[in-house]
Amino acid sequence: MRRGTCVDGGGHRGRRRSMETSFTSNVARGFLALLARFLSGASVRWINSQPDTCQRVYFANHTSHLDAIVVWSSLPPAVRAITRPVAAKDYWMAGPIRRYIANKVFNAILIDRTEIKVHHSPVDMMVREIANQYSLIVFPEGGRSSNPEPGEFKSGLYYLCKRRPDLECIPVHIDNMNRILPRGQVLPVPMLSCITFGPPVWLESGEPKNAFLERARQAVRRLKEI
Amino acid sequence: MSDPKTLGLVGGVLVLLCIATVIVQVLRKRADSGLDTAVIETFRRRVRSWWVLCTLLAAAFFIGSIATVVLFGLISFWALREFITLTPTRPGDHRTLFWVFFLCTPAQFVLVGMNLYGIYSVLIPVYAFLLIPARIAISDDSKRFLERTAKIQAGLLICVYCLSYAPALLTLKLPGDQAGANARLLFFFVLIVQLSDALQYAWAQIPNKHVIAPTISPTRTWEGLLGGTASVTLIGAALWWATPFQDSAWWMAAAMSAVISVMGFAGGFTMSAIKRDRGVKDYGTLVEGHGGVLDRIDSICFAAPVFFHFTRFWLEVNKAAPPG
Repeated sequence: MRRGTCVDGGGHRGRRRSMETSFTSNVARGFLALLARFLSGASVRWINSQPDTCQRVYFANHTSHLDAIVVWSSLPPAVRAITRPVAAKDYWMAGPIRRYIANKVFNAILIDRTEIKVHHSPVDMMVREIANQYSLIVFPEGGRSSNPEPGEFKSGLYYLCKRRPDLECIPVHIDNMNRILPRGQVLPVPMLSCITFGPPVWLESGEPKNAFLERARQAVRRLKEI
Repeated sequence: MSDPKTLGLVGGVLVLLCIATVIVQVLRKRADSGLDTAVIETFRRRVRSWWVLCTLLAAAFFIGSIATVVLFGLISFWALREFITLTPTRPGDHRTLFWVFFLCTPAQFVLVGMNLYGIYSVLIPVYAFLLIPARIAISDDSKRFLERTAKIQAGLLICVYCLSYAPALLTLKLPGDQAGANARLLFFFVLIVQLSDALQYAWAQIPNKHVIAPTISPTRTWEGLLGGTASVTLIGAALWWATPFQDSAWWMAAAMSAVISVMGFAGGFTMSAIKRDRGVKDYGTLVEGHGGVLDRIDSICFAAPVFFHFTRFWLEVNKAAPPG
């Protein structure tokens, strides 16, 4: 039943815009999306899945600093406007340019990785921030891996789905980004990459945590082979 | 641009393209034509890319030679992306690749645009050739060192250095100084390369074929190479009036066309070997939604430097012993 929420819930949510919509940030948003598309040469595929403005969680493998911006820019503009990447506070608060991009352009939700406490949990924050309007881009591996295969998923995705079982979880596979901007590099090499969006997965009622996380990880992995 | 020869050449190409488009449409409508659908599909894709190429070239000519150099620079950049994406590199090559993309490639085309033949003819074969292994060595990763170096060097040489000789045709000092002679030379070159590609493919369709190297390309045959080259030589001879070789003799244009055809064949065949080794059919399917620029320009890459240097040599000889 809840799988139908997406279709009829999308309409009125798409119209509401409480996000920063000043002229400069709009221009910056368009420019950054174009730049990201150019540098990553990303071709976008939707396999058994369609772009939609309903509330979703896009979860992807994480190999590069560019991942969040490339996934974000490969969404259609209307979807992009209501999609907020979840990113590490220590990286995105370092320096004025990153801070501007994270706050004004991306409208990112910044997680303090050094201070995760029980009553200050990132999942609480995400649930609060998205309310009933925004979608999220998350990287459940927690950090960037230098391995192109996705590593073990952290439990955040599970707890998020438990709190908000109505969210559609869309697996996203990012291919070749680790060669465009690998760990520890500042300058990107403009090779070609491929972003694949897959069919949604949901947390089944009573599904154990590890089973769900492994199922989600396999959903991302499978997209590489298609 | 408005002299009768250029108009004749461009107009002729437009008529040919229109005829080809009509033939494709008719063949697609009639499924019972007895022809292989894969052949028709290949033909359709070729015709489409010719339209794109022709439109881009015409637009670039119209704006001026700088625009043409920039256009070829962008094509080069994209082809190099496809080449490097397909080539396995290691994290240690990252910085080297950055310099290859953002220093060597633009520098080559800027030098071509400035007509500094003495520098652009050695920039990549000498300076970039030496820079690449040195920079990789600094990155402190010796695994398969020579192989990685060679791959990056080959990509840069084929996609950037060789291709840059196509717009360099615009900088040659041709006799007579007639308007549009350089643009016509480049147009003639691109036309002959594309025609030789298509005619070799067409000739390879005849039965009783002798495949050259079945593991590399099952569609390239001796019949295709010889038949295609022979027909392109005839077409080149018929177009002698549009080339700067007209002062010399009609057979000069014919000989140049034969050289272009053979080099174009070599380019397509070499790229097939690389693709076969990497296990992909064409560079376009590697990343879905991208045109596969390298598939379209592989023959231009091989033919351009040879055609440029042959023409340059011919100019030198002509200068030494003026006709008449």
